[in-house]
Amino acid sequence: MKQTYGTWTVKLTVLAIWAALLFAPFLFQDVRSIQVAARICIFIVLVGSYDLLIGYTGIVSFAHTMFFGFGAYGAAILLRQMGPGWTPILLGAGAGAALSLVVAAGIGLLSLRVKAIFFAMITLAAASVALVLASQLSHLTGGEDGITYSAPDLFKPATKLWTDADGRVAQLWGVRMNGKIAAYYFVFCGAALLFWAMLRLVASPFGTVLKAIRENEARAEAIGYRVVAYRTFVFCISAVIASLAGTIYAVWLKYTGPETVLSFDIMIDILLMVVIGGMGTMLGPVIGAVLLVVAQYYLRDLMGAAAEAVSALPLLPDLLNPDRWLLWLGILFILLVYFFPRGIAGTAMQKGTRS
Amino acid sequence: MTATLERFGGVNLLPLVVAALAFGLIGAPSSWVTLTVAGLAMGMMVFLMASGLSLVFGLMDVLNFGHSAFVSFGAFVAASVLASLGGWLGSPSVLLNIAALVLAFSAALAFGLAAGLFFEKVIIKPVYRDHLRQILITMGALIVAEELILAIWGGTPITVPRPAFLEGAWIIGDISIEIYRAFAFVLGGIVFAGLYWGLNRTRLGLLIRAGVENREMVEALGFRVDRLFVGVFMLGSALAALGGAMWAGYQTLITPALGGEMMIVVFIVVIIGGLGSIEGTLLGALMVGLVANYVGFLAPKLALASNMILMIAILMWRPSGLRPAVK
Repeated sequence: MKQTYGTWTVKLTVLAIWAALLFAPFLFQDVRSIQVAARICIFIVLVGSYDLLIGYTGIVSFAHTMFFGFGAYGAAILLRQMGPGWTPILLGAGAGAALSLVVAAGIGLLSLRVKAIFFAMITLAAASVALVLASQLSHLTGGEDGITYSAPDLFKPATKLWTDADGRVAQLWGVRMNGKIAAYYFVFCGAALLFWAMLRLVASPFGTVLKAIRENEARAEAIGYRVVAYRTFVFCISAVIASLAGTIYAVWLKYTGPETVLSFDIMIDILLMVVIGGMGTMLGPVIGAVLLVVAQYYLRDLMGAAAEAVSALPLLPDLLNPDRWLLWLGILFILLVYFFPRGIAGTAMQKGTRS
Repeated sequence: MTATLERFGGVNLLPLVVAALAFGLIGAPSSWVTLTVAGLAMGMMVFLMASGLSLVFGLMDVLNFGHSAFVSFGAFVAASVLASLGGWLGSPSVLLNIAALVLAFSAALAFGLAAGLFFEKVIIKPVYRDHLRQILITMGALIVAEELILAIWGGTPITVPRPAFLEGAWIIGDISIEIYRAFAFVLGGIVFAGLYWGLNRTRLGLLIRAGVENREMVEALGFRVDRLFVGVFMLGSALAALGGAMWAGYQTLITPALGGEMMIVVFIVVIIGGLGSIEGTLLGALMVGLVANYVGFLAPKLALASNMILMIAILMWRPSGLRPAVK
């Protein structure tokens, strides 16, 4: 894509977002904001890895939360069995990634040669089975209740990273240097590393082939690229990245359950984020994830106030109920697909192109 | 060998094979009959829900992820009508019972027709021939529809009253057959027969089948395939709503999660059967119904994954489903 001023605006915005995330603990000093910032980091990676499929290759999968869940449950189960430490995290990440790789390769080889629509249905069925298994195998996964466990000692709030002369936790710009900060930077660094890896991937010759397949599958095949092999490969990579993001999220939350990592709601969040942000560019997911997570945390309060205001009218309070916020997002989503199929990033990048 | 099998019906024999296999494994004839009847009834209801989806896909190459919204709306509309006619249902007069049931089903059907028309015009029409946007936009519609159900009927489970004459069971020896299951099977059979006759014996059916086979050619001959499609879409969503209404009576307790659960089953049925063919959909639905019930009895732990295992097994054997109409 040509470097237009729109492109620069988007790139600067994304840089500003990453900078804000880097300094988040210092900029927003309450518990909820840190929670929001960590969730944004995780979702940037998750949505970015999904964009590798939908935006760069034109594959529609509904099984992305399944891979996210593999990574999260891998770490969660081992942290529960072996107690807090780094070994269970690494082993869990490895096991989750390996399982994701095998399942993704299986699904890919079995069904990526069929039509896009068929593939979407098959992944949807696979994801539902994963959800059912997670709630049925309760001795392993804790069933509907999920698993609670502790993170490594480094991330405990009582841990002192720096101490001042009196032996108390030192403060930097008014922020206490305890385990909470360490946990946040673990999430931030993990997310940044995975995001950087994806940026490298799409800029590489491999990324170019993916785009060629998306634009014209028959032609890519005719030039000599084995389309099914490439698709399966990108599906596997995307699955592994989602799985690693799941592991990081599990370590941050210290709880893993079907609702937090496997539910269909998360898949819908991912879809909304990728479409709102813009498909086919790694910058879109960053914008989409920030907007949606912030909306999730703060818009609901606003809707609650609105529902209070119209409580005398029929049906309207029900529609404005904070629990119904997905309704409005759904409508927004449909309108976006109609009028701005390229999302915020894609539309902004077109600004300033001379055609 | 293959030719001999084909002459006796080929893949159509699959449900029989499954039933025979299950008979061997279960041993007790009375439980086998109960399970088979339950499986066939479930299969017929799923067939109602899935047939429209399959036809629409075959005819227009449109996959409607919002299809399950028609199922849940059908279930809730019928449940509301039945609940408001409680007096008629409880009365000993079979005539009043039937009237209430007919009213409830007509409400679901009418809703399906109207919603189908709206859905086609507003949601699907702008994104013909663009698979990616179709999937996204119908997903968006599904989200909106599910939230609407939550907003209108609330999140708590709703009890569905059944007409008195469909309650209870026939007892023959030590076999008991629930009347509602027999009713579901008969209704599904009638709808299948009607669809089969309509598609294979009428001029309209000929056009639909020709449209599935080669849309451009039919258009070039001067037929308005897009108008035909609106009709098929409306019919498909009405059938889905009817299936939902039947399912509501079968389960007697429905939650807004119903649509999501049925969506997976419906997709598996359509994939197993092969996209675009009504016979394939029936075959897939019966297979899913039978296997789900047999496995639920023989190995309850496997029950929830049984549909998925069945789908994988069939796709390994026939990658485009049992009886695909779309090449």
